[in-house]
Amino acid sequence: MTTMAADAGAYEAVFDAALAADERIEPRDWMPDDYRASLVRQMAQHAHSEIIGMQPEANWITRAPSLRRKAILMAKVQDEAGHGLYLYSAAETLGTSRDELLDKLHSGRQKYSSIFNYPTLTWADMGAIGWLVDGAAITNQVPLCRCSYGPYARAMVRICKEESFHQRQGYELLLALSQGTEAQHAMAQDAVDRWWWPSLMMFGPPDDASAHSAQSMAWKIKRHSNDELRQRFVDICVPQAESLGLTLPDPDLRWNEERGHHDFGAIDWSEFHEVLRGNGPCNTQRISQRRRAHEEGAWVREAAAAYAAKHGEEQA
Amino acid sequence: MTAALALGDDALVLSHRLGEWAGHAPVLEEEVALANIALDLLGQARVLLSLAGDEDELAYLREERAFRNVQLVEQPNGDFAHTIARQLCFSTYQELLYERLARGGGPFAPLAAKAVKEVAYHRDHAEHWTLRLGDGTADSHERMRTALEALWRFTGELFEPVEGCEVEWDTLHADWLDRLTSVLKRATLEVPEGPRRGAWAAGAGRQGVHTESFGRMLAEMQHLHRSHPGATW
Repeated sequence: MTTMAADAGAYEAVFDAALAADERIEPRDWMPDDYRASLVRQMAQHAHSEIIGMQPEANWITRAPSLRRKAILMAKVQDEAGHGLYLYSAAETLGTSRDELLDKLHSGRQKYSSIFNYPTLTWADMGAIGWLVDGAAITNQVPLCRCSYGPYARAMVRICKEESFHQRQGYELLLALSQGTEAQHAMAQDAVDRWWWPSLMMFGPPDDASAHSAQSMAWKIKRHSNDELRQRFVDICVPQAESLGLTLPDPDLRWNEERGHHDFGAIDWSEFHEVLRGNGPCNTQRISQRRRAHEEGAWVREAAAAYAAKHGEEQA
Repeated sequence: MTAALALGDDALVLSHRLGEWAGHAPVLEEEVALANIALDLLGQARVLLSLAGDEDELAYLREERAFRNVQLVEQPNGDFAHTIARQLCFSTYQELLYERLARGGGPFAPLAAKAVKEVAYHRDHAEHWTLRLGDGTADSHERMRTALEALWRFTGELFEPVEGCEVEWDTLHADWLDRLTSVLKRATLEVPEGPRRGAWAAGAGRQGVHTESFGRMLAEMQHLHRSHPGATW
């Protein structure tokens, strides 16, 4: 064995021991290349989801039906931009710049959550996104607060607090609609009917078909399987839907006494894969708006850089 | 309450325009900053409109001719330079006005005292970008120059006395021009020489005469609310 190989072995033993002891891995610690790559992939996808996810909600800012709701929605979209910032910064601790990651998003080499490839067609979608999409995101993300990589775990603590606020606001928006006029109630039910199945798909493919799951669990980046989290989410939503006075669009949904969980119908994975392949209703629109904003903003970023170079200040 | 409507509509309309940037900003930090300014303005609008009546009825059920905002704030976003030029002109004005209202002890003093801290940040943000764009690249300089030229004719109206605001409008105007001149100079830009108001109706926003794009803005803003009369949200 060469000295270098012996060193790498010793480093790996330290890394493995830290994982085993549930200690955090920090940016300066040694880590396997695949662990680093896997984290960058996951954090980038998460950051991209935050900034693409601004679009379907920004779609309703200018039409929000009361000033109170407008303020809540604007603040929510602003929080998403903020989450994007924390997550790109967390990814930078692994040596990958925001520019590099944005470039990968714009060229389609990195993905964002497929849920944002669905359109927001009515105001009630703002409620359904908050309740279901943010609800599913929280179910996925709360365990990430204990993820093995320190900067990611810490970013997630703050993000989860804000997400749970968004989830409650979405629920409250839907409740107001559900208890409002007949037309408002119908709008709320229609939104839940459209967003329910895509929300269940947010947990990713079933465990036996999930490409990255096993390794991520071993590295303690991921703490629970896709199917476990999906089941947890369904169990949380069923009583909430009842309180809302809305139904979930699944005839097979029922309590299973033996399992202590709700059974639910089969998910149409062909739809999931189609959307993932780029054939969802808004894939082209979302990415082209993102690219356009970036391209149209190029002269602004160039001006800030030129000014900073002239005046020796930090680039804006 | 003429003044509550005038100041409230300024804040409401500019907030709406800034909200149109969501998802389109040139850099992620500006998504946060523009939304932040929009939210501050919306908060001010809600307090001011509530002094004049029901905030939602006023925002959603008035016709275009009943809005009392200055025409400057309803001008479309244009490129980032237009948005910054509009913000610079307005925030500089709003800060000077709110400082005076806060000192004056009238009905707007409590709101103005709180809001002036927010507005100082908006003005600072606009000044920083004016410097970067004016003194950045040849392209950004030209865009900033064009934006200032285009918006200059809407700035005269800012200093039309608003009934119910007990301030010295002449000194406010002079201070505004000083401040703007100094920032533009540092940004290597000239103070535009064009007229400060149009020959016919430009500068009549306070009387309810607006520009063409404003009607379309209101149509979008009010559509959903008006489609469900009497509903609560």
